[in-house]
Amino acid sequence: MTRLDALKAVYPTLEDKIVVTIMGAVSAELQSIGHRSNFFYLQHAMGLASSMGLGIALSRPEHTVVVFDGDGSILMNLGSLTTMARYRPANMVHVVFDNESLLSVGGFPTATATGSDIAALAAAAGVPRSCTVRSIDDFTRALDTALKARELTTIVAKVEAVGPAGYVTDLSMLENRFELQKWLRQH
Amino acid sequence: MIRLAVSPVSASSSRVIYDALKGCGIGLMSALPETWLVHLIRMADEDPEMILVRLAKEEEGVGISAGAHLAGVKSAMLMQNHGFLASINGIVSCAQLYRIPLLMLISYRGEFGERDPWQTEGGGVTEDLLRALRIPFVFLESQDHVSRRIHKAQTLAHSANKPVALLLCRDLMWEES
Repeated sequence: MTRLDALKAVYPTLEDKIVVTIMGAVSAELQSIGHRSNFFYLQHAMGLASSMGLGIALSRPEHTVVVFDGDGSILMNLGSLTTMARYRPANMVHVVFDNESLLSVGGFPTATATGSDIAALAAAAGVPRSCTVRSIDDFTRALDTALKARELTTIVAKVEAVGPAGYVTDLSMLENRFELQKWLRQH
Repeated sequence: MIRLAVSPVSASSSRVIYDALKGCGIGLMSALPETWLVHLIRMADEDPEMILVRLAKEEEGVGISAGAHLAGVKSAMLMQNHGFLASINGIVSCAQLYRIPLLMLISYRGEFGERDPWQTEGGGVTEDLLRALRIPFVFLESQDHVSRRIHKAQTLAHSANKPVALLLCRDLMWEES
């Protein structure tokens, strides 16, 4: 499964969700499918996308937040799994695209390449639901199940270590930031 | 259990700080426990109007405050100055890069009067790091200026869309001479 195909498969589901992604490939690929005002791309601050999603989810329980994290990013902030688990917002789904590498800086293997299991880490941290998926069908089913369950879920989607040619898009970071704030004021 | 009864941490100063934060409309606080913050964290925990987020590491609080801000909730971060040191990448590459206001209440350990040797290195670099990061800061040293300074800090954070810091000093937070 490629991350781009996985994103395309669930894109219609994201229409009314607040989406927070990590930097690099995930951000560029989601924008290539189609940017929306309720999508935010955290272009730096590796590790903090899940924290940011948690901040939005706790502040606005009437909205559903989907975080698109990565293996390298969550490994930089494993404590976030314990904080998410502690407050376990029912309106948050935490997706980790695990390509077992730091793709954007040359593909160096992360610890998931040598056996670290992020779904097991999430479960051990106390996240009520977690799973690992390896196909598009399993991924779309896992996301639908998590959204229907209304219980904090970490979905680890094992994806190929391939990405777009470049990561800079036409959307400026500040435009994206103020656009999401405005969307959240209006909804 | 925390031994609040014998702690020389000032409960009355903590109350003045907490009331000032509430007066600024703070609805979410992130915190990592440290001795000087015990009363403030307890007050937040006992306040049904406050969302208290207990962290594993302070840098998470930057992301949580950024999310809260975009979602329309005013937040404050409670941390020790070593927690500020641990948060610097998040402050620079999330809050400053994305113009997010942060109201950081930082217990200023390691300044004059510090008895714990392990606090002294962090105390020695705190102000220089705040200056290097161009984060406006002010000292909270006595109860009579706490409310005014917290309100002004909050006003600047939101007009400038950037982090500001309030340094909680020993004379305010510690009642042992």
